This record gives sequence, C-alpha cells and structure tokens, in this order.
Amino acid sequence: MSFLPKPRLHHPELPTNELGFTRRDYEGAISTLCAGCGHDSISAAIIRACYELSLPPHRIAKLSGIGCSSKTPTYFLGASHGFNSVHGRMPSVLTGANLANRDLIYLGVSGDGDSASIGLGQFAHALRRGVNMVYIVENNGVYGLTKGQFSATSDKGARSKKGVANTDAAIDLVGMALQLGATFVARSFSGDKTQLVPLIKAALQHEGAAFIDCISPCVQFNNHVGSTKSFDYVREHNEAVNRLDFITGRDEITADYAPGEVEIVSQHDGSLLALRKLHTDYDPHDRGSAINYLQERSAAGEIVTGLLYVDPDPQELHAHLNTTAAPLNTLGEAELCPGSAALAALNAALR
Amino acid sequence: MDCALALQSRWRAGPDPVRWTGKEVPLQATEIGNPDYFHKVVDCQWACPAHTPVPEYIRLIAAGRYADAYMVNWKSNVFPGILGRTCDRPCEPACRRGRVEQEPVAICRLKRVAADYKGDITARLPEPPAVRSGKRVACVGAGPASLAVARDLAAAGHDVTVFDAEAKAGGFIRFQIPRFRLPEQVIDEEVGYILDRGVTARLGERVNSLKALLGEGYDAIFVGCGAPRGRDLPIPGRQEAAANIHIGIDWLNSVSFGHTKSIGRRVIVLGGGNTAMDCCRSARRLGGADVRVVVRSGFEEMKASPWEKEDAMHEDIPILNYLAPKAFMHADGRLTGMTFEKVRAEYDANGRRSLVPTGEPDVFMEADDVLVAVGQENAFPWIERDAGIAFERNGLPVLDPVTLQSTHPQVFFGGDAAFGPKNIIWAVAHGHEAAISIDLLLRGSDLHDRPPPAVTLVSQKMGIHEWSYDNAVSIDLRYKVPHIEKGKALNDISAEVELGFDVDLAFKEAQRCLNCDVQTVFAPKLCIECDACVDICPVDCITFTEDGAEDELRTRLNAPAHNRSQALYIADGLKTGRIMAKDEDVCLHCGMCAERCPTGAWDMQRFLLDLAQVGARRPAYAA
Repeated sequence: MSFLPKPRLHHPELPTNELGFTRRDYEGAISTLCAGCGHDSISAAIIRACYELSLPPHRIAKLSGIGCSSKTPTYFLGASHGFNSVHGRMPSVLTGANLANRDLIYLGVSGDGDSASIGLGQFAHALRRGVNMVYIVENNGVYGLTKGQFSATSDKGARSKKGVANTDAAIDLVGMALQLGATFVARSFSGDKTQLVPLIKAALQHEGAAFIDCISPCVQFNNHVGSTKSFDYVREHNEAVNRLDFITGRDEITADYAPGEVEIVSQHDGSLLALRKLHTDYDPHDRGSAINYLQERSAAGEIVTGLLYVDPDPQELHAHLNTTAAPLNTLGEAELCPGSAALAALNAALR
Repeated sequence: MDCALALQSRWRAGPDPVRWTGKEVPLQATEIGNPDYFHKVVDCQWACPAHTPVPEYIRLIAAGRYADAYMVNWKSNVFPGILGRTCDRPCEPACRRGRVEQEPVAICRLKRVAADYKGDITARLPEPPAVRSGKRVACVGAGPASLAVARDLAAAGHDVTVFDAEAKAGGFIRFQIPRFRLPEQVIDEEVGYILDRGVTARLGERVNSLKALLGEGYDAIFVGCGAPRGRDLPIPGRQEAAANIHIGIDWLNSVSFGHTKSIGRRVIVLGGGNTAMDCCRSARRLGGADVRVVVRSGFEEMKASPWEKEDAMHEDIPILNYLAPKAFMHADGRLTGMTFEKVRAEYDANGRRSLVPTGEPDVFMEADDVLVAVGQENAFPWIERDAGIAFERNGLPVLDPVTLQSTHPQVFFGGDAAFGPKNIIWAVAHGHEAAISIDLLLRGSDLHDRPPPAVTLVSQKMGIHEWSYDNAVSIDLRYKVPHIEKGKALNDISAEVELGFDVDLAFKEAQRCLNCDVQTVFAPKLCIECDACVDICPVDCITFTEDGAEDELRTRLNAPAHNRSQALYIADGLKTGRIMAKDEDVCLHCGMCAERCPTGAWDMQRFLLDLAQVGARRPAYAA
C-alpha cells in the first residue's frame, strides 16, 4: 500500500464527460491492496466505464462482502453510495436495496471466496431472481487475505505458491450463471482493459442480472509458475470469442464492418452493442450451446473470455414481482395508506 | 550564432536521445545511459545556461540546509545572492510545474533564500592550491564573466589578474543594476569570495591596448568587458535637446555613483528591455512623478522580463506600446517633449514582423527628460585591428562557439563581449567554458577534448514505500515574495524593494518543486504488465501499447502527448511484445508508479549532473 494519497494534480488536457466530470472525479481513496493487485485494474476499469457512460456518481450503489475484492469499492466511485456487508451476503443486501429503490444503479463487487464459497447460495439466488444489477466477481482463485489457500475457483491440478497441487474440482461461476438464468454473462481479465471496460459498460446498461467473472491475478499468492490464474498463464490461454468494440447510447453506428463480422445487439434501454466476432461459430444468444462451448474449451485448457451470453430483452425481478414503479422512499402517505375503502376492496377480492 | 545549442550539446557523444525521426519506423528503446536524456527531463537545469542542479538545491532549502544549498549554487553559478535577485531565470518558463498547474516554482527567489540564510560559508570556499602552475592569465573587465573565469582558474593554481577601469569590481552588476534591486553588500560579499582567494585585482586600470597586454607576457587573456556602449537614437532634435536626453546605461551608472541625484518631473523612457525598466523605476525614485515607458513593439514582444514589467507598472509607470519615436521637440534649447508615430505589427509569410505606420496622427508627449534604453552595443576600441583578433561584420569577435577561443589562440571572449548583450547567467556559463579552455591551453591539451559532466543516477528507495525525497505533491499556488511598502520604496533609491521569502514561505514554495531530477527508471525485464502504474499515474503519462512510429504513437497514448519538445521514454523487451511508452511532459515525479509496482520494475532514481569545471581537486598543473 501507499502511504500518500494520489496527487490531486491531473493532466492539463484531462477531458470531461457529459456531466462535466473528469475521470478523476470517479476515483476513490488510494488502494491499500498489494501493489500490482489485479483488483486495482478492475477498479480502474469500473472508473473508466462509469466516466465514459457519464453516470451520475450519486445514482450508483456499490455493494460488497468480505475479502480483498470486497475492499475495492473504497477505491473507486468515492461519491457513490456504498455498503460493505457480511461475508457472502452482498447479493441479499443488494436485492433488498434494489427492491426498496429501483432507481439506483447497483454494482455488486465480490470475490471467489465471497461468491463461490461462503456466499454460493446467495450468488445463485440473486442471479436466479434476475435482480437488475452488475455482479462482478474479482476472481483470483486464492484466499489472499488468509495468505494463499486454494479457493473454490482454483482449477484442479493448479499449484499453490508452495508447490502443492489442488485436488478439488473448480466451481465455474460463468457456467453456473448461465444455468441460473443470468441474462448477461461475460468473462474477462484484469490485464485487458480494452476488453473489460466495454463489458462493464454493457453490463451497466443491461436491465437485468449481469454477471462478469473477471480473472484477476493475485500478485502475492497466485502469480507463479503452476498457477492457472497468473498474468502469464491467462495471457497464454486467453481465447476471446468476441470483442465489444463500442457501446453507444443512441448514437448512430458509423464504423464500417464487413458483413458477418459484426453483430449489433440492441439492448432494452436503447443502447447498442457492437459485437465483433472472433469465433464465427460462437453464438452469444444460445444459452445451451454457450454452456457446451465453455465446457469443451475448458477441457482443452483454454480460458474463454468475452461476452458469452446476452439476452437483448431481459426480464428483471421488479417485473416478476409486479412492484411499484417508484422507489419506496418516494411514496407518500396517500400511496402507502390508500384508505379503508381500498382495504375493504382487497379483502373482498380474497373472500 | 546559437551558442546555447553549442554549449548544451558539446559532450553529446551518442545519438540523440529523443528519437523522433519523422520516418515511419518503430521507435527504438530510449537510451537512458546518455546523460542528455534525463538532463532534458530536468527542465529547469536543462534551460539554465550554467546547468545548475535546481531541484537538488531546492530540496536542501526545504531541509533548512541553506549553506549546502548555497554551495551547490556557488559552485555552478558563482553569484547565488546576486542571481537570486537579478537572474533572467530561463529556468522558470521551462519549469514543469508551469505545465501542470498555473505558475512555475519561484526558483530564482529560492536561490536568494539560500544566500540570505546561509550564515558564514567562507570556511567552505576552496583555498588557492599551494602548488602553482606558474601560468599567468589576464581578465579584461571585472564583470561576471571575468570573475567566473578568475574563480575557476585561481582554484586550479593559475595566477589570475583582473583589470577594470573602475575602482570596484563587479562591472554591470555593480554599476548598472539599481541598488533597490541589488544591495551593494551582496555584490561586495560575492565578488569578495573570488578576489580574496588568490586573484590579483588591478582596479582603476583601464586596459587601453591588447597588444600591450599581450606584451606583458600573459599566457592567456580573457576578454569580459561586456557591451559597454548604449545605443543612441539619432532622430531630429537629438542634438538641440541633448542636455535632457540621457543614454540609459550611462545614466544608471551615474545614478549608481551618486553623480545624478535628480531628474525632471515628467520623464519618458524609450525602450522595452530590462534596462528600460531599471531606468524608469530609478527615475520614479529621483523625482520623476510622471514617468512613462514608450516602446515601439507590442507589450508581449518586449524584451523585459514579465516580472520586471510588473514591478514597473506596480510603481505607477504606464507602458505605452506601438509608438515609434519620431522627434525630440525643443524650445529655447530645452527639451519640451517627443513626438511618436503610431505603428502596428504586420507579419510576412515567414512570420517576420515589421512595424508599419497606422496613418493616425502623431502623438506628442510632454517631457522634461528622456532616457534612451534602446539597446547596447559592443565596443572594442582598445583592441588594435592588427592584434590578430578577427571580427564579424556586426562588430563581434570571431569565436569558436564551444571553446570561446578567438582567432588569436591565447585570447578568449565571454559574456556580453562574446555574443552581444545577454545576461549574468550566460556570462557565468561562458566564464566556466572559457576557464576550461584556458586551462586546457595552459596544459598543452586539445581545447576540444573537453571533460564530460559528472553524472550519477542513484535509487532513492528507503523502504517499501518510502523515498529519500518528499514525494507528496504540494497543490499550493506560487507564493509571492513580500515587498516593502510602495511609498517607502519610492522615497529611497537604495531601499531594496523585495524582502525575500522568510523561512516558512521558502519551505512552502520549495515544496512546490516536483523533484524532476528524481527520475522514473523502468526495467522491462522485471515488468509483469499488471497495469498498476498505468492505473495509479495521476497524469496518465504511462501507456503499454503496440510499437509504432512516433507521430502515430503519440496519437494513441492514454493522454494527449502534443508537446513535441518533451520526449517519450520508450522501453521494449516486455513479455507481450508491447512497448512501455511514457510521455515525460507532465510527469509529477511523485513516485506512485514505483510505489504501486509489485516487482520493482519502476524505480525512482536521483539524476545529478554536475558540469565539469576547472576545479581545485583537479591534479595540479605539471609541465
């Protein structure tokens, strides 16, 4: 960690977004994670995504559990709402917050321990319910805070820093998210911001449960030869199925693409994803074949990244529950107490 | 003659470290082993003609080590107390702080702090060596260039004699800079440090013949007699009104000696340089109530330093631009005023300016006295035309730009006498170079075989995230130097206007220095490309990207890199085959990249470059 805050002076030509904020305005306190931690790169990617989308910081709620990853919300979006929950319980708290105030943008930040071990049930149910959120797992395959034990996402056969091989099968959070009905599923790598930033932007604009598994090397305990989550290993085995070139709001797509090279996915809110295909046979709209493809490539030792599945017309929890369109804190007495006549009508309907 | 370029590149052996070629070829890795590369990053030191290690002494000031800070300066620029009040400060426009914030560090006034608070440093000054070379050197003129030569050569065991027509040494410094900018005791002290250490001063002795001087058997002669002649303005009325028209530098001289104690109520000062500023401010103190500066050019193009213009305007002196003097008006043999023609600037296709009349009616201004400060000229009436010194058509001597040797092998020139009017810091820089040349000549060595600078590059790492320099970046804006009250200043021509920073202000101002000499040094072999440095950099100056030609590469860095005068630091040899490109332009040298680097691929290393000098520690002359 650094003892000093990041200097406030910035590049004289630092641009501002539509709201008049610079990218620096989306930063938080200086990181206290180990120098070189992949999580810090993910924080930087989140900062860039929110800046580029011109999101008002006070309309974002960032929630996390416990762990290195869950410390990171302190290091970005210093002007946003934050909630650091009990270990593994971020999805419940996020779900509750979302039900109470559906107008905020929800960003859940978790790690492989927080989501794949103690919080596995919470992870599953939040995705299954289709909570409108971005759920990022900063996945380093190791318990960094407790000095380097294998986590539930460590690959079988991967070696610890001391050279011990992992004998347990790994939990594949992407595979689970696909099975559980998440409507936006992606995998990326903290060392590749050109891939990661557009994915986060797309996820933030997705009106449904968006899940990003982001491999994030632990420089202290999981960046050695024999690790399957090191910078070198991930770079060597990274197989991107596609590239999100850009995300526009309601702008026209001006770039020229050869037919078949790019697919334009139009999201529910009107935003557009320009998806450049790297594997022509990969279809990001077919949940079943995506699961098969992932299993197959994983067996071949590849780490598949990119936008793996997207439902352009997702359903989210509020629609399932038919909740009120307004955040609860905006409801007045008249809405909350409709009167004895309304009560009598309701009672009559149930007789 | 661009001697700035010549002086800066004289030890350059390797290829240019800044590698844009304009050709479509990928960049090559930066050669940080070439001293010029990191020297250029230290913008202030690079811009200083004497290459004083500025951040080094500013850190010493912040640490309260004023005497140490003074000695760093004294070694490099010889007159820290004088320059700390009067330098033209080429360092400040170059200061990186001015590019990331509003104003540069007040380098010049911090130098003065070192001089003000140093205490007694005489014990630190080198004594002339006991072993003498037996060689004799004469310096003509006792201004800054000659004194610098004398100091360097005396410390090397040569016997130096300084000649000056005046009874006191200092030249321009003593006789033309007004006392309210530079108190006499500062001059006495710093000139004394030189003359008290084995230099013979023959003051009050004007040299009237170079041939005669050569005849006295000197092994080498240094000419540092300045540009002593003020340019006149031969326009109608000049002769008739002569009694009230004064040449600026002569008038300042006369004021300095106390011969001139008053001036008329209405004074016109002609000229836009620093001499004009000194003239108008002096006139204000000698009874000039309505003093105005009239300049042919526009305000921005004036040669005077911005702060000198500010000081003049602060003393209620208007500066009137685009007025070309047409005639001195007079009646009954007395000056009544001046007429000026209104002009405007026009630029041709080559950007060359010409001032053309606007056609508006001429302007008449009443005046009791006029001070003419429209430039200075060189004059060498004492150098016989057959003495072996060749002159250019502009009256300047033909010189080797590196060695400052004239066409007579034993005669060297420096300061204003060499390349026309410049300033004190250039005179000092010339002095050091001429001293090296003379020392080489006296040893029988090749004058072009010049000693290289001493360069050190040392890691400043003290702990995991601790550095031996204060890497926190101050966000304070530039502090103003306190002045004495205006009424008091205008009543007493010898009252120094600037009070100088006190210790507290000096500390705060010193903390504004970005420590540009503490370099970001990158070791590609150690880099794991984790992006930590990219993410933390407060000014987005680091990019990992595909190699490319410079023009194209500059367009796809993480932040705009428009400033082509600042280099890109390029390193290859990364595992992914990409390059690391760092734009040096606005780097804060905060060390955050090195703090957040997990492998130590970035390190903060202090770059110290000391120009070679003829010094006391060199082996004594043996012949």
